Amino acid sequence: MAAAAAALLLLLLAAAAGPGRVGAGRARRDALREELLLSPLPAGDVAATFQFRTRWDADLPRGAVSHYRLFPKALGRLVAALGVQELHLALTQGFWRTRTWGQPPLQAPAGAELWVWFQPTVTDVDKAWKELSNILSGIFCASLNFIDSTNTVTPTASFKPLGLANGTDHHLLRYAVLPREVVCTENLTPWKKLLPCGSKAGLAVLLKAERLFHSSYHSQAVHIRPICRDASCLAVSWELRQTLTVVFDTFSSGQGKKDWSLFKMFSRTLTDACPLASQSKVYVDISPKNKEKELLEVTPAPASVYEAIVQGDKRTYAVYDLLSPSLFNTSRSLNVQLKWKRPQDTELPTPVLHAQRYVSGYGLQTGEISTLIYNTHPYRAFPVMLLETVPWYLRLYVHTLTIITKGKENKPSYIHYQPAQDRRRPHLLEMLIQLPANSVTKITIQFERALLKWTEYTPDPNHGFYVSSSVLSALVPSVIAMKDVDVEQSPLFTSL
Amino acid sequence: APSPVLSAVPAERARGRRAALSFAAIAVVLGLPLWWRTTETYRAALPYADIDGLGQLPFQLAVPVAVVFAPGAVPGDLPKPLPFKDVQEMETSVNRERPLQLSLRLLSLLGEADAALCPLQDASLGALTMYVVPKTSSLLPQGISVYVGKHRGALVRAGGGLAALRTRLRQLTQVMSFTTSSIAAALSDRVPDGQLGPDARRHLKSSLGYEITFSLLNPDPKSHVVDWDIEDAVNRYVQPVLDKLSLVANFSVDSQILYYAILGVTPRFDKESSSFLLSAHSLPHVINPVEARLGSSAASLYPVLNFLLYVPERSHSPLYIQDKDGAPVSTNAFHSPRWGGIMVYNVEAPASPQASLPLHVDVDMVRVMEVFLAQLRLLFGLSREELPPEFLLESPGSEGLADWELDRLLWAHTVENIATVSTTLTSLAQLLDKIGNIVIKDDVASEVYRAVASAQSAMAKLATGHLHSAFQASKEAVTSSERAFFDPSLLHLLYFPDDQKFAIYIPLFLPMAVPILLSLAKIVRETRQRKKEPTKMD
Repeated sequence: MAAAAAALLLLLLAAAAGPGRVGAGRARRDALREELLLSPLPAGDVAATFQFRTRWDADLPRGAVSHYRLFPKALGRLVAALGVQELHLALTQGFWRTRTWGQPPLQAPAGAELWVWFQPTVTDVDKAWKELSNILSGIFCASLNFIDSTNTVTPTASFKPLGLANGTDHHLLRYAVLPREVVCTENLTPWKKLLPCGSKAGLAVLLKAERLFHSSYHSQAVHIRPICRDASCLAVSWELRQTLTVVFDTFSSGQGKKDWSLFKMFSRTLTDACPLASQSKVYVDISPKNKEKELLEVTPAPASVYEAIVQGDKRTYAVYDLLSPSLFNTSRSLNVQLKWKRPQDTELPTPVLHAQRYVSGYGLQTGEISTLIYNTHPYRAFPVMLLETVPWYLRLYVHTLTIITKGKENKPSYIHYQPAQDRRRPHLLEMLIQLPANSVTKITIQFERALLKWTEYTPDPNHGFYVSSSVLSALVPSVIAMKDVDVEQSPLFTSL
Repeated sequence: APSPVLSAVPAERARGRRAALSFAAIAVVLGLPLWWRTTETYRAALPYADIDGLGQLPFQLAVPVAVVFAPGAVPGDLPKPLPFKDVQEMETSVNRERPLQLSLRLLSLLGEADAALCPLQDASLGALTMYVVPKTSSLLPQGISVYVGKHRGALVRAGGGLAALRTRLRQLTQVMSFTTSSIAAALSDRVPDGQLGPDARRHLKSSLGYEITFSLLNPDPKSHVVDWDIEDAVNRYVQPVLDKLSLVANFSVDSQILYYAILGVTPRFDKESSSFLLSAHSLPHVINPVEARLGSSAASLYPVLNFLLYVPERSHSPLYIQDKDGAPVSTNAFHSPRWGGIMVYNVEAPASPQASLPLHVDVDMVRVMEVFLAQLRLLFGLSREELPPEFLLESPGSEGLADWELDRLLWAHTVENIATVSTTLTSLAQLLDKIGNIVIKDDVASEVYRAVASAQSAMAKLATGHLHSAFQASKEAVTSSERAFFDPSLLHLLYFPDDQKFAIYIPLFLPMAVPILLSLAKIVRETRQRKKEPTKMD
């Protein structure tokens, strides 16, 4: 009875709220947060990660909404028209050196990567996928239109929806990587255009193409996913996350000094926050290394310091809030500078998991793909899921698949292999492998090159053939238990 | 004794000759046809003659008009008995080079006011009903002799003889269905420039669908927080018009707010009025920089109609648009043919200069939508033409357009569709004729056949005055012809240059062809020698 009364009350409230919305100043149903994380890497590199999160309290795919404010119309229409549940697109130039730089804040393989979950209402997923990649190709000026059945796979276990999802029917998932894709200015401009403030105000002012592409690593991404609107999770909101990671080699460009500043890296400084953003912050990683006292000095002095535990490490971040009026009182612009008090060559502790891959063998007929996965944890074993997509013209010999750990054969506990069909689909190999503590696991598989028709050779044959990166998903048990915090409020680096 | 060379043995030589001949024979008899068959490009037959015919056929449009006489309004010289059929023809040629001639036929069914004879309103599209009322009737106001209603009917005051009535009816029919100029405007892409009025190219091209995008441009979000209730405004003002137009095409409406989007020209400051001015000649430069921000209509192929509401920056307000004579435009808006419209919405300066920024602005949507709807009508070519003063037109009301205006649109779009199909198919046929490498698959061919058949049936329907089915057929024809024209299979072998062909074939054929040809040459030489030898013996 009490429950019925409560439900009735709720209905009444909803009815009352309906017409009231139109009259008074309408509540904003969308919000933008911008963040920049600057973290010094060993050997004098600096990683800058931008994140722009647009959140919209609207039920996008129903097609009922067509009035956009902060959320870009081009992407909104795409999601609505093609029944996209979740979309992840990353365009990357260069490799993230996990071994020396540590785990990246945002993972992306070299080239273009696109993976999409479609809604269960989509009947012809392949058609929607084709259409989607063509439209995205137009929006981002990238060669995503080359995504077709020969490089698309449907992984069964490696990918999970990152947003709200009722089920995980893998038939609704499509994954493709174009390892050849070169990322350049023409991809950055449309990406910037999706930001409500463009590159006119806020953190995006720093995104100057000539500096961003003069770097060791550049990765830009777009993620769209549905999230809970509030703690009760009765309604769905849509989140668009635009991220951009860039690694500058300040050591070689700064005459042997590791000191850096915003101006040195981006040749711009920050003058204001985007007026549409409800949050605009710059974080600088000033965690002391080796338990010693402060080695580095940031100017201007940060208004606050944030401490967080990231991947088991305690980190300290200097926080600059661009929305706080006091920040621009003293000087008109913010140019964060970092100076090392004394030279230091501390290495980051090697990350727990990292991997490398190479092709061995000689000649043009046969070869062998070798993957080395390192687990450096002193006492913990990890199960990892390895996904390999190999183009059809490399004919894999599955019987030559060997997995060797510490000189012994390691049998995968789950294996899913879908053989290639010539000119139709690529090889898909998924394996769940147990990595013992402090070990190196070597996975090898032999292949033979198929004879290609003359039209099938890619341009610039001197490049050879590209094979897309494999995907390594691991369940790394966090040192801290997952806390029930509002993820929406937490800054970029804790969302890993 | 030296052993004889193998080839010197006559039996061996004969065998070698036979072998060489049989190799050559196999290569010619089996190899060549096989090679020919396997490398042939498949080309399905296309109705070239019919496609040519489509472009040659003159357009014949017939408007069924029913004329109903009120008692006492029948002209004296009307032939008896009633009802009878009267066909008025009018021929005009739109294009001198191509016989795209137009004959407007008015099928007048004349009858007396009789409920049994004439149903009150003919419901079908394009059919007009005209009621002739007596000269002294008080139904029409003083000085008005023609009244055009909201639907497909009109009242005409009787007067004069049959000839005068005929001219009047023809004039009225042209107002309510089509004129030579409206058809010429629909064919504007195929007509030389000189023959067209300035408005002819303003109209949107006929399409199966349109996307309407309302964009609010706020170049200065630091000073202005602009809110517009676009959802409500669209439902209230735009949707009724689009519901009416849904017969013509599919419409989708959306809106967006763009920040930091600026116009391409810096407005001039005018000291007298202490305002900023955009002169008419700088307006063409306004659109391009904005257009880059509007976003592509990536999800569909339909043309986009853009309506922009521009709230000028604080440093450039108020901003007024000047016309060619330097007078400010009262609506502060302008439109760009086939693209859309832009309206400048000035924000009143706060009463006190100390008012804190940002300023909150709520857009008056009634004012904005009035302008945008007028522009929408203009873009669709629904502007009302100058009419003689004795004509009275009923205002279309909340629906935004009268039934007969919809008919006008349909007539023009049907003609345009057929002309588009004819050009598409003609250029496709020319292209296929010119480049022999293009594969014509069966489904492409069937689309071409379907397009031709639909276009022909649309023309036949137009000639008999069945506007609705003619329009549907023309739509189908457009769809099929576009599908055929843009079929990706046409491109498969398009870029297959001859030098590459030789680069592929020579390594394949040369090793095989050289021995065969050499041995054939040798056989020929030997036979010739043998023929000579007996003459020597003699």
